[in-house]
Amino acid sequence: MKEISAWVVPVVVALILLYGLIRRVPVFSEFAAGAGEGVRNSIEILPSLIGLITAVTMLRASGAIELLEQGIGAAAVRLGVPQEVLPMILLRPISGSGSIALLENLLKTCGPDSLPGRVASVMAASTETTFYTIAVYFGAVRIKKTRYALPAALTADVVCTVVSILSVHLFFQL
Amino acid sequence: MMNYVWAGLMLVSIVCAMATGRINEISAAMFTGAGDAVTLVIALTGAMCLWSGLMRIADRAGLTKKLAKSFSPFLRLLFPFLEPESEAAQAISMNLSANLLGMGNAATPFGITAMKELAKRSQNNGTATDEMITFVVMNTASIQLIPTTVAMLRSAAGSTAPFDLMPAVWITSFVSLAAGILMTRLLGGSARTPLLQQRRNPG
Repeated sequence: MKEISAWVVPVVVALILLYGLIRRVPVFSEFAAGAGEGVRNSIEILPSLIGLITAVTMLRASGAIELLEQGIGAAAVRLGVPQEVLPMILLRPISGSGSIALLENLLKTCGPDSLPGRVASVMAASTETTFYTIAVYFGAVRIKKTRYALPAALTADVVCTVVSILSVHLFFQL
Repeated sequence: MMNYVWAGLMLVSIVCAMATGRINEISAAMFTGAGDAVTLVIALTGAMCLWSGLMRIADRAGLTKKLAKSFSPFLRLLFPFLEPESEAAQAISMNLSANLLGMGNAATPFGITAMKELAKRSQNNGTATDEMITFVVMNTASIQLIPTTVAMLRSAAGSTAPFDLMPAVWITSFVSLAAGILMTRLLGGSARTPLLQQRRNPG
């Protein structure tokens, strides 16, 4: 399986190039034109990312997440959320690199095949960083009013948390 | 919405930092955060350009059109008003394929292209359309067939079968995607689009 995932990218690139050559596309000049678009996109998403990442870094440094954890922790654990996974549930929607670091740590302390280890892994694999995705995509097209995008995306995150706990219980009887 | 959320995040952080005596940390965090964003974008730019270039080749060769055709039953469900072979449908298909294959750094540039195509279809007055929101929610609840990164971390931590949670991942991402899409349909307001209805003559 690990081998398969390593093959994906080279095979996709080879397919695109071969297909382009067969269809007589001037591949290098088209590549360069497309890559130029990539540079512009990078610059366009930068301002909203600076805003978002600054806010998230501040939130993490402020200790607000720990406070929230203490506030809702007891109730969440009573509902069947593994205690160890709580910080990740709170951090997952706002910071991709932060939650991956938490996952790495959790896998080391609890073990990758433990209940919290599995729940955290399923959660990390089944959702993207919500705030980042919203900032990048809406930032790229200068959308100011995101309407109901955030509530809908956060609903998906809550459902993801619940289902990852349920599915780990279902598949592994932990 | 984002205005209040963003300002709220910063204000809550500042108040919490004052209450917990982390005033030095929060001042430092502001500037590391801003700097980190620049570092991140610079780190991403190479991959963004590489995939944008390859996507353009695929587009010129007609490959993305083929891909859009094979995704059209699924796309019709999520975007009932989108013509199956439009540029937007093609970019969405590329983004979907990249997500499914776990090529995260390719999904973003394809997704930005898709957003730009969707923006062309609207009056673009700075307000998100229902299609844009559906697309963004689809990406926040990403569907991944092979969870490479997580499996790598699990195997590094000594798991005997790091990929054994794939069925659990599939179910979880599918259910959370369905929940997100359902919410977009419930909250869609005046431009509400039925989940299963097709419009025969777009216009």
